[in-house]
Amino acid sequence: MAANTEKLTPRCYKSDIKPVWCPGCGDFSVLASITKALSALSLKREEVAVVSGIGCSSRIPAYLNVYGFHSVHGRALTVATGLKVARPDMTVLVASGDGDGFSIGGNHFLHACRRNLDLTYVVMDNQVYGMTKGQASPTTDPDWEAGKLTPGGTGLNPFQPLVIALASGATFIARCSSGDQDGTADTIAAAIRHPGFAFVQVLSPCVTFRPEQRGWSNLVHPAPVEPTDDPARAARRLLTDDSFFTGVLYHNQHRQPPPSTHRQEAHASVLKEAFKVL
Amino acid sequence: MKNKAGRSISIMIAGSGGAGAMTAGAILLDAAARAGWYGLMERSYGPQIRGGEALAIVRLSNRPVATRADTDQVLVAIDWRKTERFLPELRLTPDSLIIGDSKMGDIPEAFQSLGAHEFQLPLTALARKIANGRPNMIVLGVIAKLIGLPEDITIAALEKALAKKDAAARNSSIEAVRSGMTAAAELPQLHSFPEAPPDPVERWSITGNEAAAYGAVLGGVRFAAGYPITPATEVLEWLATALPELGGVLVQAEDELASVGQIIGASFGGAPAMTATSGPGLALMTECIGLAVAAEVPIVVLDVMRGGPSTGIPTKSEQTDLNMAIYGLHGDAPHLVLAPMSVSDCIFTMQWSVHLAETLQAPAIVLSDQSLGQTRTIIDAVPDVAFATKRKLPEALNESYQRYEDTESGVSPMSIPGTPGGQYTADGLAHNEKGHPSTTASDHVMQLSKRLRKITDFDYGRHWAEIDGHGETAIITWGSVYGTVREAVEEMSDWQDKLRLIGIRLLAPHRPKDLAAALRGVKRILVVEQSQTGQFHDYLRARYDLPGETRSLSEPGPLPISPQTLHDQIAGWN
Ligand SMILES: Cc1ncc(C[n+]2csc(CCOP(=O)(O)OP(=O)(O)O)c2C)c(N)n1
Ligand code: SF4
Ligand SMILES: [Mg+2]
Repeated sequence: MAANTEKLTPRCYKSDIKPVWCPGCGDFSVLASITKALSALSLKREEVAVVSGIGCSSRIPAYLNVYGFHSVHGRALTVATGLKVARPDMTVLVASGDGDGFSIGGNHFLHACRRNLDLTYVVMDNQVYGMTKGQASPTTDPDWEAGKLTPGGTGLNPFQPLVIALASGATFIARCSSGDQDGTADTIAAAIRHPGFAFVQVLSPCVTFRPEQRGWSNLVHPAPVEPTDDPARAARRLLTDDSFFTGVLYHNQHRQPPPSTHRQEAHASVLKEAFKVL
Repeated sequence: MKNKAGRSISIMIAGSGGAGAMTAGAILLDAAARAGWYGLMERSYGPQIRGGEALAIVRLSNRPVATRADTDQVLVAIDWRKTERFLPELRLTPDSLIIGDSKMGDIPEAFQSLGAHEFQLPLTALARKIANGRPNMIVLGVIAKLIGLPEDITIAALEKALAKKDAAARNSSIEAVRSGMTAAAELPQLHSFPEAPPDPVERWSITGNEAAAYGAVLGGVRFAAGYPITPATEVLEWLATALPELGGVLVQAEDELASVGQIIGASFGGAPAMTATSGPGLALMTECIGLAVAAEVPIVVLDVMRGGPSTGIPTKSEQTDLNMAIYGLHGDAPHLVLAPMSVSDCIFTMQWSVHLAETLQAPAIVLSDQSLGQTRTIIDAVPDVAFATKRKLPEALNESYQRYEDTESGVSPMSIPGTPGGQYTADGLAHNEKGHPSTTASDHVMQLSKRLRKITDFDYGRHWAEIDGHGETAIITWGSVYGTVREAVEEMSDWQDKLRLIGIRLLAPHRPKDLAAALRGVKRILVVEQSQTGQFHDYLRARYDLPGETRSLSEPGPLPISPQTLHDQIAGWN
């Protein structure tokens, strides 16, 4: 992360591609928050990479003027992991939706938290599969009846991403609302500054398939307490909250990311010594 | 075809779990290599995770060998418990010698019925005379004497193998070996025993898995990710310690979906990257290999094939992932598929694959197999080869930079993250030259053609196949089976006048003009492979014009194709 002398405005981080999103989609605001965070940190565009999976939310990389990778459904964290390990000098953000990150990519979520690499994972949670036109996702409430594959509701316990991130070893856990663009930008900036795995759930309404989510901005409220570095307190807080607390909910600066194992460069052919007979 | 005197000797050591058959076999191979022999050792185990019955199969020769011998000359059983399971793998003849331990009772009926010479030695009794003496070390001494390995060399190999043990344990093993050598004086002399080459040059002791990993780092791989799977795990283990020496790193991933995603991410970041797996893992990786095709990210995926389908036989070899490797990706997805034909060729083929993947910005699937991967082989030192491997980078970066530019070669300049002004988004979505998502027909067709052209129009040179002989009967094969076929045909006099042996290393893209040239004047073709359904035969028929009559010799695993079967096929045709 190197500071630049000439100030880059949020606009400088945007590409000239017009988003495919529906008017009013929460993801527009998340895009703006990301550019504001990058600008606030004065990051050089070429030293930032945004990796995503597949979904409406995962379209974000192309709308940014940084390095990007729009990969396949569920695998954003795997691509980002390889990139970050090979290129620890890059600032790597990962963007997903709730289906991409918690369903098809759920296993990678657990292990990315465990690995605690210096990644910032932004999940735009709209409790629905937007791109495939309105099916239930892991975070959908059990009684949501409009999902065409689950008439009558899923009847399933919703996935609790923040609790799971905590249990799996993430060291920065936050919730934001796309309705609060500046607050989300601040949180994403803090997540980028955090040296380990930072998980940011952004409640980002799908106005097309979950129009009732337009009301989310009235439901969210800042967490009434300071971030804790005590996992037990964080667990209690996350398990009992109403899913609408926002802010940094857990922040552990004691557990450092794994050291880079890259060592000095020798020539590959020295390795043949081990094959020689005698 | 009889195993000719002077060519090789095959010795097997059997025993139940913990008896030390594999240890004795490994030291025997090392000692023989020190004495100037070529050779190889295969391992066969019962199904237990640890401590199951074991069979070490050691073949020694005065020439390089690539495969198991057609006949086995000696079987020594440390004990007989559960060793019947190995009967189908034995190639004993009435000329062979079976040696048992007199303490373990008669040689079992099933082994007796093979009609070989039998001999009982007091293996356990001799071991008991030595403090902490073990029968497997007596066996090592017996075999060393039997085949004429010098005592000092045998003991030097033993000392190296036991370097981590304390002096007392080493000394009792040395004493046991000497005792075995003395006891062997009673055994009949084997007449078909070849002599070690007089003037040995530098030899390597290496498995195909080690060779493949070494070839990969020679090619420039500096990032690897993988998930353990038999018989590929040793590739990852080797890379885990080797890569940090070279400024690289291996990550143990949570599954194969992650392994392949990680190497794509690392390669996007500029680090040549690979993973190693076997059939079940390759199946999981296919979606992301397609991503590497579309986003034009170089990666190498090594598949050390095992018996399939499903979990199949993890510890045995087959050539049955060919269909998946060639046809397994969705969409029109041109990519590279290569296969090494010997243990030493694992080095070259992997190195070349990395070179091709990097040059063409495309995924390469490399098909090795269990028999190459896990057979420890004594080979001549492999000279270094060098390829000028370089990704095509943008020359100047300005507003007009297009990551997926429609160039003449089809290869577009790839900007590496960190490079100012080269920002782009790699995408598996259909895109235009800039990389922007596009659903227009012209963009789709342009990018499809570009990606096809870069793969098919590239000049692969002569490495696409190994071609030998100029006869009218061609044998076309691939992978590890090439070694078996080669050995079988070399037994025939003037084979180069009668036969033409073609081993295809570059399976995709196919090279119709090159094969047509290689087949000029051929009247009949025998296609040889280890697959029940003839996947390679189907592939050749679909993609090439084959002159004259074509026959297919395709057998499933787990038993290797025997040179004899092959010999019969050829002899019976003309
Ligand atoms: C392997 C695979 N399966 C299914 C799909 C279809 N698919 C595309 S996006 C998506 C769900 C997206 O939901 P989410 O991640 O929540 O993103 P959103 O569109 O809501 O932002 C699915 C199922 C796919 N692209 N790939
Ligand atoms: S479908 Fe929903 S999530 Fe997708 S762009 Fe439209 S509003 Fe946004
Ligand atoms: Mg969603």
